Amino acid sequence: MQALLEVNHLTKTFTLGNIISRVRITAVDNISFHIKPAEIFALAGESGCGKSTTARIILGFEEPTSGEIIHKGKRDEKQRNEKVWFTQGIQAIFQDPFGTFNPLRIVDRYFFETVQQYKLAETKEDAVKLIDRKLQAVGLSYAELAGRYPSEFSGGQLQRISIARALLTDPILMIADEPVSMVDASLRMSIVNLFKKLKEDLGVSVLYITHDLATAYYVSDRIAIMFRGNIVEEGPVEQVLIHPKHPYTKLLRESIPEVDPNMRWRETVNLSDTEQEEYLRKGCKFAGRCPLVMDICKDVVPEDIYIEDVLVKCHLYPEDSQDAS
Amino acid sequence: MTNPILRTEQLKAFYVLDIHGEQKVVKAVNQVDLEIQENEVYGIAGESGCGKTTLLKALYGAIEPPLRLIGGKVFYFVDGLGLDVSSLGIEEKRKLRWEYVSYVPQGAMSVFNPVIRIKETFWDFINSHGGGKTRDESFEIARGQLHELGLPVEILDAYPHQLSGGMRQRVTIALAALLKPRIIICDEPTTALDVVVQRGVVQMLKDVQAKLQNSIILVTHDMGVQANVADRIAIMYAGKIVEEASAETIFGSPFHPYTQYLINSLPKFGDKSTRESAPGNPPSLSDLPPGCPFHVRCPYVLEICKEQMPATSKLEVNHKVACWLVEERQDASSS
Repeated sequence: MQALLEVNHLTKTFTLGNIISRVRITAVDNISFHIKPAEIFALAGESGCGKSTTARIILGFEEPTSGEIIHKGKRDEKQRNEKVWFTQGIQAIFQDPFGTFNPLRIVDRYFFETVQQYKLAETKEDAVKLIDRKLQAVGLSYAELAGRYPSEFSGGQLQRISIARALLTDPILMIADEPVSMVDASLRMSIVNLFKKLKEDLGVSVLYITHDLATAYYVSDRIAIMFRGNIVEEGPVEQVLIHPKHPYTKLLRESIPEVDPNMRWRETVNLSDTEQEEYLRKGCKFAGRCPLVMDICKDVVPEDIYIEDVLVKCHLYPEDSQDAS
Repeated sequence: MTNPILRTEQLKAFYVLDIHGEQKVVKAVNQVDLEIQENEVYGIAGESGCGKTTLLKALYGAIEPPLRLIGGKVFYFVDGLGLDVSSLGIEEKRKLRWEYVSYVPQGAMSVFNPVIRIKETFWDFINSHGGGKTRDESFEIARGQLHELGLPVEILDAYPHQLSGGMRQRVTIALAALLKPRIIICDEPTTALDVVVQRGVVQMLKDVQAKLQNSIILVTHDMGVQANVADRIAIMYAGKIVEEASAETIFGSPFHPYTQYLINSLPKFGDKSTRESAPGNPPSLSDLPPGCPFHVRCPYVLEICKEQMPATSKLEVNHKVACWLVEERQDASSS
């Protein structure tokens, strides 16, 4: 099956500091992945692991230092010149539903604007019909929305409204950057379920960027775990999260509190050196905290190894195990 | 085990706002009865805007306009003596704070003075309580405290912005535990932290509690953290405590329909079955529906729910629920 979106060897470096002391941080370090049609792909990791930078590059808000993004066979220079073509296929959902909408603007204006910009309807009636249909898909209706301001909705409703807005152009891929982290706990699952429904009913793929492994497990088909700019493990969600191979994935997985008072944590964890120190590490970026660290980890960056369908970036798995499996 | 350390009776704290001559009342804490025992972690869970933080302010005696104490009382039990918090003067309250009850507010970003070093903040604390110590002596105490809690001592010379969010949060907890208070009130201590850091903070809270053998009131909407730390949990909805029980009961056999939604909607590893959120939206505290505030979203709604708020009844010794379904069930079992 042809991939919907391919990210090849993407790298982004930022320069921090002033003219005297300068530090180069590789926020995204040579990562590659692809998203298939009708698939939810999760990009998970802690804050500062480069997951949002990756999303910003895919959306064209940020120029990559090197690497390429191929969408429907077209490379990124081309995409930038055809903004309408690009955004018609790919739409974004952001973290803060209250920040997405201007508080002084009636919400339905955003919908009409999108319809106009993409020439989706000829008349106002057609536009209303289209908008209503998209709102129905997220469990709302045009009547509920008409003439109201963002402050009249809850966070969960606003997030659903922004998903409906993104659906107007019939996108094939949605990039959702932490879409539920600011939504109330009792409404969170309704948004996550919505992504599942969109995938099943409309065949929309989702790049689900999150730090919440529990919802990532629940909703996605494949997952990539990022750590300090690298993808350290990638594969089907069942294998990565239930039988994690990379020590960092294991640590993350164990750090999710179980929702069961009989399964409390017993061991203690080491917390990280500062973020910068880890980014500047020569070998494996996780070497400073890894319980299974070896000498080689401190000097040499591990290669990507495939064990069955799972990609692991760790010295624990020697390269010849690849062939054996 | 009845060794109460803090008790509220029918506590009511409302925000009374005056907007263009129109009075708006936000019923943030509405008739809350709770009793916290010595040497326990008491969790309070609920979603944003349910009144958790306001309840903490009332417990801490930090009621400032527009927040008003409308009714009810908060008692602290100091050496077996009940003290009514609202009747205390400023000086008495100041003496109790940090020595008897301390508070870790939400957002450790804003706790520290950004232009002085961490050690100066420690000095402020030690100097204004207890007193009679020189600067060097108090720095020594601060160093001892950090060392005991496994934090690097060098951070005392740092400015707050030089520390990571997780480190700042842990220093805040160290500061709150400095004067060995009997109660530590923590407002969302792990929110906005990464999972691994969150685990470190939870670990430290447990260490502090084990060392001081005191009570911790932990407010967080994160049920995973509650499951990991709390001994007893209260579920708050629209300014009221709708259910209170041991952590095992809350997670194992929740009774209130809201608690059931809250627990059952949590995704679990190894189980991909569909999870449903509660339908509808949380109510606005300034415009509550009549009767039980959850009735608009409740799948088991009865006629009486729309008219009257159910009283809190005991399902078992340590399991309190405010729901009409309790009576329904008791009627069914007695007939």
